[in-house]
Amino acid sequence: MTLLRLRGVACVRGGRTLFAGLDLAMAPGEAMLVTGANGAGKSSLIRIAAGLLPPTAGTVEAAPAALADGRPALDEEQPLARALGWWAACDGGAPRLAGWALGDLADIPVRLLSTGQRQRANLARVAASGRALWLLDEPVNGLDAASAGLLADRIADHRAAGGAVMMATHVPLPLPGAAEIRL
Amino acid sequence: MIARLVRRDVARAWTSGAAIAPVGFFLLVATLFPFAVGPDARLLARVGPGVVWAAALLAALLPVERLVAPDLDAGVIDQLAIRGVGEGVVALAKIAGHWLGFAPPLMAAAAVAAGAFGIAPATLARLELALLIGTPGLAALGVATAALTAGLRGAGAVAGLVMLPLALPVLVFGAGEGQGGLKLLAAVSLLLVAGAPAVAGAAMRVARG
Repeated sequence: MTLLRLRGVACVRGGRTLFAGLDLAMAPGEAMLVTGANGAGKSSLIRIAAGLLPPTAGTVEAAPAALADGRPALDEEQPLARALGWWAACDGGAPRLAGWALGDLADIPVRLLSTGQRQRANLARVAASGRALWLLDEPVNGLDAASAGLLADRIADHRAAGGAVMMATHVPLPLPGAAEIRL
Repeated sequence: MIARLVRRDVARAWTSGAAIAPVGFFLLVATLFPFAVGPDARLLARVGPGVVWAAALLAALLPVERLVAPDLDAGVIDQLAIRGVGEGVVALAKIAGHWLGFAPPLMAAAAVAAGAFGIAPATLARLELALLIGTPGLAALGVATAALTAGLRGAGAVAGLVMLPLALPVLVFGAGEGQGGLKLLAAVSLLLVAGAPAVAGAAMRVARG
């Protein structure tokens, strides 16, 4: 079983070829790090895998995925638990705040959260989606050391439960046995 | 899913106070007009329905900037696309949400404004019916304009330039008289409601990049 398969994928943005002839496959339990300089196409690759950006060439087969980019997509005026609950209801699940140290923030409106807290909420939305494939774009941005540890733990849990994680990052995060794609 | 999106948009309109502002604006315009025109009861009763329509049009235009752009910026449209909810469906839900946010309060306010113009009960009934038929078209136009102008600098002013000319048929047939006008108004409104989701959906797809 494959959760994500890219065959000969190329991406051209603004007339510039970011990458071409990219082949990769991800099976349950696997993790993949996407690294590269700023502007190398890490985010574009994540968006192609999510189906939000059509590849210039090649084919993409992906299981239903959950995406965390820099934008939490939460209603700013709503308390955190309700804002996360809206997406959880869309995904047919329940929000999980405890695993992300967000339990104390359940009643705080999203607009009052700090950068790191928003990022944790963003990741909590992905974790509650019940999707097997997680696509994380710079998930460590804004996180302190303890929160980055939480993220590493949740990723380990997800892989142990048969999920796969593709992560674009320039900050090292311990991902045992992760493959690396350098763009 | 559509119902969930509509509920979300309506709740956002009410909690942010954005649903009240257009109605307040509408009542203000409708109140100022008689002062400007003067106390000629017959003249006021004749221009009344037209003024109500012009004010309704501007009230529908007011919240255009917060209809689509914030959701595009916050990544909500992307997250919905990943869940298989197409942009056209999102646009349809936004039209329904926008309509529920501004049309019922506006129709209530129109009954109040009718007092300021001395509009006769029969004319008022026709006006309310026309508003009921025409406002979905205005809501559709508002969402399409919001999607087309999302991300532009000074989107509010551009939105007015895009939307107001297209709203002309609604204004003409809405403020007109007789049954024929209502039928043409319904036709225009239906056309806008049917076409806007495709236009707004395509615009959102482009803006998403």
